[in-house]
Amino acid sequence: MAASTTTTSGSPPEFADATRDETSLRRFLHGLPGVDQVGVEQRAAGLATRSIKKASKMWAIDMAISMVDLTTLEGADTAGKVRTLCAKARRPEPERPEVPHVAAVCVYPDMVETAVAEVAGTGVGVASVATAFPSGRSSLRIKIADTEYAVEAGATEIDMVIDRGAFLSGRYGQVFDEIQTIKRACGDAHLKVILETGELATYDNVRRASWLALLAGGDFIKTSTGKVSPAATLPVTHVMLQAVHDWHAVTGELRGVKPAGGIRTTKDAIRYLVAVQEVAGPQWLDPHLFRFGASSLLNDLLMQRRTQLDGFYSGPDYVTVD
Amino acid sequence: MSERLSVAKTYKLYLGGAFPRSESGRTYPVTDSRGKFLANAAQASRKDVREAVVAARKAFGKWSGATAYNRGQVLYRVAELLEGRREQFIAEVASSEGIQAKKAASIVDAAIDRWVWYAGWTDKIATVLGASNPVAGPYFSFSVPEPTGVVGVLAPQKSSLLGLISVIAPVIATGCTAVVVTSQDRPLSAITLSEVLATSDVPGGVVNLLTGHTAELAPWLASHADVNALDLTGAPDELRAELEASASGTVKRVLRATEEDWAKQPDIRRLRAVLETKTVWHPMGV
Repeated sequence: MAASTTTTSGSPPEFADATRDETSLRRFLHGLPGVDQVGVEQRAAGLATRSIKKASKMWAIDMAISMVDLTTLEGADTAGKVRTLCAKARRPEPERPEVPHVAAVCVYPDMVETAVAEVAGTGVGVASVATAFPSGRSSLRIKIADTEYAVEAGATEIDMVIDRGAFLSGRYGQVFDEIQTIKRACGDAHLKVILETGELATYDNVRRASWLALLAGGDFIKTSTGKVSPAATLPVTHVMLQAVHDWHAVTGELRGVKPAGGIRTTKDAIRYLVAVQEVAGPQWLDPHLFRFGASSLLNDLLMQRRTQLDGFYSGPDYVTVD
Repeated sequence: MSERLSVAKTYKLYLGGAFPRSESGRTYPVTDSRGKFLANAAQASRKDVREAVVAARKAFGKWSGATAYNRGQVLYRVAELLEGRREQFIAEVASSEGIQAKKAASIVDAAIDRWVWYAGWTDKIATVLGASNPVAGPYFSFSVPEPTGVVGVLAPQKSSLLGLISVIAPVIATGCTAVVVTSQDRPLSAITLSEVLATSDVPGGVVNLLTGHTAELAPWLASHADVNALDLTGAPDELRAELEASASGTVKRVLRATEEDWAKQPDIRRLRAVLETKTVWHPMGV
């Protein structure tokens, strides 16, 4: 299908051939080298054993705080809850103003307006999930409307979900078109494409989905919605980091990665940062190119930061309840 | 005929219901009262203390939420299992405390009785320490004792079993969870107790036993912000003031106990030390 729309894509000239029509898209994606499952898992496990101490650890904690997309995606969200979340995003630790603010807050589209009003002028972005999050099972018309609703309310970043049903049944063109259409609907807002790797079954699929999202113009590729288990894992993030690294090598463009879901401790977060440094490169150690989708991670980061400074272990009684 | 070689054991920690090695990988030799080698014990580090506190905190909700009756039953069951290990305890107490088997047997019996005594208190302590308070108004006011949370326990250094049980049992009888630093030189009974607890109905994480150097571990336990109370019984004298000061930094309850005559009949002082009283006012019902 979609031959007419895909030719009008903004894909870089290097990949004009790949995105010409559905057949060439499939040929390109299936022509990607397969992922060595044992190898990538071993490398991820190996890098995870690296020990980060004292000054580097402090740096890593502050870097991780500035990379957090502080998230609340519950049916029970209220304006009040979003406002408290924003207050925490602006100043994670009120007693220590030197702690950086987080990268963004991530909410449902109807909460964007509340969040925008709260974080205006602070440098904290507002991300909104859209396109029938988390399943992505709706018509394109509704997905576009969902996106426009969030963008009009002032969201600076849109987290869209891909249609996993279409991807898994091999209708790559449909997924490609959908990402492009949403990208257009985003206007100036950054687009993060959620692959929901927990449903993609293989690393090969993760690699294909990553490249598909990059080809279609996603600014970020994001592992998961957080509603499906398994969510983000280190090996999956490795595969995605390789994709953005290779993309940069070919086109010179920098695209980001966002693992989301299941990252709860500082130890986990630092393991991801090590992976970023080693797989993608030090350039990606930047909130513009790497994010954590998390809610409880921030509290653990703050507790560990205190432990580093105070010299004794902190406890959950000394951070906010969320 | 050649003599049979003995198997030298290297024990591990008891942490969150599992038996991990110390994160540091260290061990230290345990000897009997005359300096003869008995076994190797794991030498816990500050990170093991941290993990133990996490495990104890995780176990606290369910253990403190269990009914007092249920906690009592679980503890009685532990007493049954202690009874089954009687011979092993007698041998360990005799060798590490340097006493005759007969005296050791009476200590082990006293220890099991002590456990049963505290098990009986689980569903009675609220009646003794709680109250319905007289008020001058159309209200109902009552006070109930509630478990304080995670309790750090520095176990007695000399009394390896009776003393140990006398400090652990009251903590878990109230619904608190415990991180215990065992006797430094006499940890074998504590290790056997952990094997008993692991096969009993006590949920993992309710009692965590760390063998190692008390002077190294105690400051981390005292300063940890997620520990709610600290029992100083086995603390080295020169560290006491410092430990108390650092415990006050995060507003812990501190039990300033010392090693006592453990054979003496106990009272509810230790139960009260890890309970806090909640007083509630209720408008009179319709």
